[in-house]
Amino acid sequence: MIDVLNLCKTYQLGNVEVSALKNATFSFARGDFVAIMGPSGSGKSTLMNLLGCLDLPTSGTYRLEGHDIQDLKPDQLAVVRNKRIGFVFQNFNLLPRASALENIELPLLYGRVPDASRKAMSALDRVGLAERARHNPAELSGGERQRVAIARAIVNQPSLILADEPTGNLDSKTGEEIMNIFTQLNRDGVMVLLVTHEKEIAQYARHILLMRDGRIIKNAVIAEMTS
Amino acid sequence: MLIWDLFKMALRSLIANKLRTFLTTLGIIIGVASVISMIAIGEGAKKSTLSTISKFGTNIISVKPGRKKKRHVSGDRVVTLTLKDARAIESGVPLITGVAAQVYKSAQLKYSSKNTNTTVRGADEDYSRLANFTIDRGRFFNSDEIITSRQVVVLGATVVKNLFGESIDNPVGETLKVDGKNYLIIGVMEAKGALSWYDPDDQVFIPVTTAQKRLFGMDHVQSIDVQAAKIEDLEAIKEDIDRLLRLRHNIREGEDSDFHVQNSAQWLNSWGDAAKTFTYLLGGVAAISLMVGGIGIMNIMLVSVTERTREIGIRKAIGAKKREIMEQFLIESVLMSFLGGGIGIGLGLVIAKTVSKMGGWDTVVSLESILLAFGFSVGIGIFFGYYPANKAANMNPIDALRYE
Repeated sequence: MIDVLNLCKTYQLGNVEVSALKNATFSFARGDFVAIMGPSGSGKSTLMNLLGCLDLPTSGTYRLEGHDIQDLKPDQLAVVRNKRIGFVFQNFNLLPRASALENIELPLLYGRVPDASRKAMSALDRVGLAERARHNPAELSGGERQRVAIARAIVNQPSLILADEPTGNLDSKTGEEIMNIFTQLNRDGVMVLLVTHEKEIAQYARHILLMRDGRIIKNAVIAEMTS
Repeated sequence: MLIWDLFKMALRSLIANKLRTFLTTLGIIIGVASVISMIAIGEGAKKSTLSTISKFGTNIISVKPGRKKKRHVSGDRVVTLTLKDARAIESGVPLITGVAAQVYKSAQLKYSSKNTNTTVRGADEDYSRLANFTIDRGRFFNSDEIITSRQVVVLGATVVKNLFGESIDNPVGETLKVDGKNYLIIGVMEAKGALSWYDPDDQVFIPVTTAQKRLFGMDHVQSIDVQAAKIEDLEAIKEDIDRLLRLRHNIREGEDSDFHVQNSAQWLNSWGDAAKTFTYLLGGVAAISLMVGGIGIMNIMLVSVTERTREIGIRKAIGAKKREIMEQFLIESVLMSFLGGGIGIGLGLVIAKTVSKMGGWDTVVSLESILLAFGFSVGIGIFFGYYPANKAANMNPIDALRYE
């Protein structure tokens, strides 16, 4: 489902060219669960932005469900993000002035999907927060906010969920609950791509990508690593 | 995304910053309110002036004698119009409802021991109707009295006051002396009311023939007033009169006429020019204040876009297109200017009402001025909201998401 070939990203910082990602090549099948690990500055975020269609590569190809992403225009990328990808961020990134339900409706509104509020409600139900629909993010706990964010990510039934340190701002027990939701989603057939620096969190994944200095230094199945 | 959802979001963000929204719209409010109230007051003044002017008839064409130029030397006497010209116009020009030839001069009036100096106007029997005079007592002279040059006189209200005061209740039937000759008073005019520069009630009227032969000793007339049946026909009638008189006066093509044809509409035009200048001035003031208001909106929208960079990032990440971000912020700025326009119109109406109540001024609030003010303020919202909205729409989603 994800096919990445010689993907490179170079940033121009003043007169200096910074290679944030060098020749990344990998493929993952539909329904996989992948953890991307590495120290800060290793290129995790750059890879994440490219896979999430938030940014375009300097060179190389990225195919998502058979579509060449690197050739798309900004508004086409917006459609891909809206329909095929769900984002979960470390700091939740909910709109503070909108209720939980309205936050979840937003991708449906941008995607012009009819019957938004019923679909948003059922997504909220899937993460077990139906009774909090009318609350604003400020009235929810960290774990609840993250669950709202997950509901927003899955409401358009994407094939890929990108989670950037989703448990980074949560205590370990709440983090575990959140990871269980991801595991459940993965079992339902959604591919989950997780950026984390916590080994325990990475354990939930089936595959691991280890990065350093913009390169992928290891691409392995979790079982192999622990053995 | 449906426009209604965008509208709801914009409204919510404006409500979340109530004070800021109010202060930002204040510029538009003041601009629009001043435009509405000033136009209302100006229109009121115009209307009352026009109604004063139209008292004297707007459908009157007046023909005045002019100097005849002969070989680039001006003729010296202005005696080119005669009573026969007036009769010719009466019978030869269509679409008219009255002709009144006039001569006028200042003369001494005497009744018993009282003297007054006033204008004596020799006129046709149509004159009182053409000049919108109403008879208060007695009657105006008729065509018989004109043909026979009778020595009868009709008095204006001011003359009655000056000459008789309270001493005589009804002067009709009395005799007074005009330049030493006896005239029978046959009527008194109702007062028309004086203008600041001219009192139409300070004159007396005698048959035009009497004035020519017995009083002034002249055979020409000083003015021929022609009344048009309809105002739309004024220009056609003017052309007909011009053609007829040129023919009668043997004026060849290319030669200047020895008369002028004017009408009070020209008078109105010059008033209109003054009003136009006033309107331009108001328009300038309005444009500047709306401009300042617009810059205020732009400023706040730029702040708002920066403040909400992360929100923009989130929206982009979950699939908002450029246009949708653009629309969201444009709707916000237009909503603000629309709000300012609405409140400004309300405030302007209140000011206009207050002025007309306190100053005894008439004010006229026209629908056009309201629509114009609304249209302008919405236009300002779009114009000054475009740059911030565009800035928001073109943000890079990654940078926007990372913005702290």
